[in-house]
Amino acid sequence: MMHQSLSSYLWISTALFAIGLYGLLARRNLVAVLISLELILNSAGLNFVAFNRFALVDKSSGQVFMIFIVALAAAEVCIGLSLILLLYRRTDSIDTERAKELNG
Amino acid sequence: MTVPDGFFLLAAGLVLGGAVLAVSLENVFYNALALMLSLFGVAMLFIFLNAEFLAVIEVIIYIGAISIAILFAIMLSQPMLSRREVPSAAKLFRAGAAAALVFLGLQRAIGTARWHQAPVDGDYGIDGIGKALLGPNVLPFEAVSLVLLVAIIGALVLAADPKERASK
Repeated sequence: MMHQSLSSYLWISTALFAIGLYGLLARRNLVAVLISLELILNSAGLNFVAFNRFALVDKSSGQVFMIFIVALAAAEVCIGLSLILLLYRRTDSIDTERAKELNG
Repeated sequence: MTVPDGFFLLAAGLVLGGAVLAVSLENVFYNALALMLSLFGVAMLFIFLNAEFLAVIEVIIYIGAISIAILFAIMLSQPMLSRREVPSAAKLFRAGAAAALVFLGLQRAIGTARWHQAPVDGDYGIDGIGKALLGPNVLPFEAVSLVLLVAIIGALVLAADPKERASK
């Protein structure tokens, strides 16, 4: 039974983390970097919920962690997108390698 | 192969396929749409893990709010849609090598670890989550609500039009 073993969930979340890391390093568009960051946060959350089912006695602690991750991801996206829009308005580009100087 | 296993493979394919598309397609708009696909797969996996409340949260907040906010930011800066990235082969190779190393290292660590197993039955419902949030985890809960408030105010200050602010 594939869906009832911890290791298959860990495999998926590791692969998701690796894909997100690749996007974080390879992309130069700041929005794409933010999207890769979301993938990494989701792989961590998937791990929390998988361990919550298979290795914890109290079945709500892992879910509470995922709720915190979602809330922090919402705050991060909110600040990140407004910073990106500000950078775009100032420099007319959202390329990470062209945003070396950030002082106004 | 049983029916649940088939659905599990479908969810895993959605997660990983969506993630690959989200980092590899050149157009940022398609990246955001592929991110939605991947997050939907994660919500399906949450249902397999008995965490139905988290599956709903994932669809409502991640797909319904965060991805839509990313789409809005992309559409607000119109030239972002048409601009092409020119990827350099060396950078792609370095990123791929780093990701593969991390993947293989983590797989090795998972393969050799011995996990403490607990019984799968238990209270997965919203009752338990609510009690945990307002019982032992009440301090992080309040801290997160403060972080969200600060993030909203910060985003409003940052996104305000600088010319409009100067004229006041």
